[in-house]
Amino acid sequence: MNVKNTATSIAVHLDNVSRHFGSVRALDGITLEIEDGEFFSMLGPSGSGKTTCLRLIAGFEQPSGGKILLHGKNVVGVPPYDRDVNTVFQDYALFPHMTVAENVGYGLMIKKVPKPDRERRVQDMLEMVRLPQMAGRKPSQLSGGQRQRVALARALINHPSVLLLDEPLGALDLKLRQEMQIELKAIQQRVGITFIYVTHDQEEALTMSDRIAVFNHGKVEQVGSPAEMYERPATSFVAGFVGTSNLLQGEVARAVAGSSAAFAVRPEKIRMCPPETPVSPAECSLLGTVRDVVYLGMNTRYLIEAEGGADITVVQQNLEATSMSVLTAKGERVRLIWSRDFNRPVIVD
Amino acid sequence: MAIATASLPAAPKSPFRRVLTFFYNHPNLTLVMLLLLPMLWMLVFYLGSIGGLLVHSFYYIDDFSGVLQRQFALRTWSDLFTPSHFDVFLRTFSMALAVTLASAIIAFPLAYYMARYASRRMRGLLYLGVMVPLWSSYLVRVYAWKLILADEGIISWTFRSLGAQGILDAILAIPVIGGRSLSFSFLGMFLVFVYIWLPYMILPINAALERVPKSLIEASGDLGAKPGYTFRKVILPLAIPGVIAGSIFTFSLTLGDYIIPQIIGNSAPFIGLAIYRYQGSAGNLPLAAAFTVIPIVVMVVYLLLAKRTGAFEAL
Repeated sequence: MNVKNTATSIAVHLDNVSRHFGSVRALDGITLEIEDGEFFSMLGPSGSGKTTCLRLIAGFEQPSGGKILLHGKNVVGVPPYDRDVNTVFQDYALFPHMTVAENVGYGLMIKKVPKPDRERRVQDMLEMVRLPQMAGRKPSQLSGGQRQRVALARALINHPSVLLLDEPLGALDLKLRQEMQIELKAIQQRVGITFIYVTHDQEEALTMSDRIAVFNHGKVEQVGSPAEMYERPATSFVAGFVGTSNLLQGEVARAVAGSSAAFAVRPEKIRMCPPETPVSPAECSLLGTVRDVVYLGMNTRYLIEAEGGADITVVQQNLEATSMSVLTAKGERVRLIWSRDFNRPVIVD
Repeated sequence: MAIATASLPAAPKSPFRRVLTFFYNHPNLTLVMLLLLPMLWMLVFYLGSIGGLLVHSFYYIDDFSGVLQRQFALRTWSDLFTPSHFDVFLRTFSMALAVTLASAIIAFPLAYYMARYASRRMRGLLYLGVMVPLWSSYLVRVYAWKLILADEGIISWTFRSLGAQGILDAILAIPVIGGRSLSFSFLGMFLVFVYIWLPYMILPINAALERVPKSLIEASGDLGAKPGYTFRKVILPLAIPGVIAGSIFTFSLTLGDYIIPQIIGNSAPFIGLAIYRYQGSAGNLPLAAAFTVIPIVVMVVYLLLAKRTGAFEAL
């Protein structure tokens, strides 16, 4: 049963999907729509259900409840080999007894594509992932980054309607990971296949995705574009997981904003001024003492113990400051000032 | 940093500590110490005795006096390659081959279940079940089988009670593998061999299968392979080193066994039994030694072939 493009532009539709392991609810009734050709990330901490969600779409596991539609067709009960979906595994899962070319050509071999055609397509695919010379090697002779590319080529050669990626860059070092992020995005735009990308790295999700779903405790907290996610987090969890945020609630919130409703404010939106600085009515302000200073090169992170007991993080660009000048700030009394517009009301989880 | 280490008294150097330091500075000597005993054992008792066998096979027994002649000659070897001995080789190799194939076929599904599906508790119980027979005497188990297979034994009794005596009789009427009763047939001997050596096949296959990550099987299915294809192209190739390791046990142990052919079957000689008789009652030590060389050569050839198929690369 190959479910290729039908009229609908929804590639994957999860309808109230649950997955229980005994009494553990790995997924607790989630509903998501992923559009055709989209780079969609599932972001969340470990144990949040994002990988389970991916495995349900791939067909490695079956849902305890709900429906999974691939291009409009319910695939619950359909085994992985009958789904038009391919996966890039976290550990790459390359077959150790086969060469790179045999690994990449595995899907075509199953489909009984004639050998000359198969070899040509394998070579094309290896060129796309920039490993044209590696066809004869065994996976054990490749570096981590190269294995990752082979895994990608092996999954893409089948031209699936959806490609699932399970933390594929997790085992790579930072530099290589950043390179691969850009490359993955470029490949996705070239082949036009829907990518569903599971990661716990918010920066990775923000870099590559068209849309992001933030998972927590088996539920989806929020779905939106990276900018929406960052600028208008719906919950305190999203505010804290996507970037960092200062959460103000209760008495401190009332003192600052006039209402005890919880809100979040990003550390880079806050200015650190001398205590006597005047505050306009369009601004919020808090007095406090600098407790800690972390010099990060490009910018500096300050931890301020504010009046009323809140700990506030402030990040400032080191425009004119040097490491010497910022470190002397420790212990100083400061007034924190930010525009009221940057207060984001959030639901506290 | 000015931590007051200088004020601590220097640790007194005991002789023991000095010895340790000496070995720390001479890692090669440490290696020699580590390997001395096992290497001595291997050289003197293992390779030494095999060498002794080889030398002995070139001596001969004087036909008239029956006295061992310690002179180089090929007479013993030409005695070895006579038609009646070819029967012994053929019989032994066929049995070893059949036992190995049957063990592999029985062991694989169980090993696969243990590696892939069994719960931790179930796996423990199965390991115990596989190992426990190895803790009891081999002789006791073979004699127990003699009773099980005997005319009055449980197998015949079951067939009789079910009114299926005819089936058993028909099986026993088959030439070569049949016989007077199961305990006097090659079929019975085959059953006992498989029973005795099966654990040596299960354990290495299980070890090989446990090293196959689950994600490889998922990846194969994900790329469109149905379970049978995944088994042939992924699981089996990766389990082959285990099957070969197991087959080395079952094959070589069957080749050399001289107890089972004595107790079960129709007393037709097997290589092990022939060696036992030539070195014992017949008193022809050179011929016994020459007989011993045959299974050794066969196993060496088998290992070289296994190596050529790449079976050891995936280890």
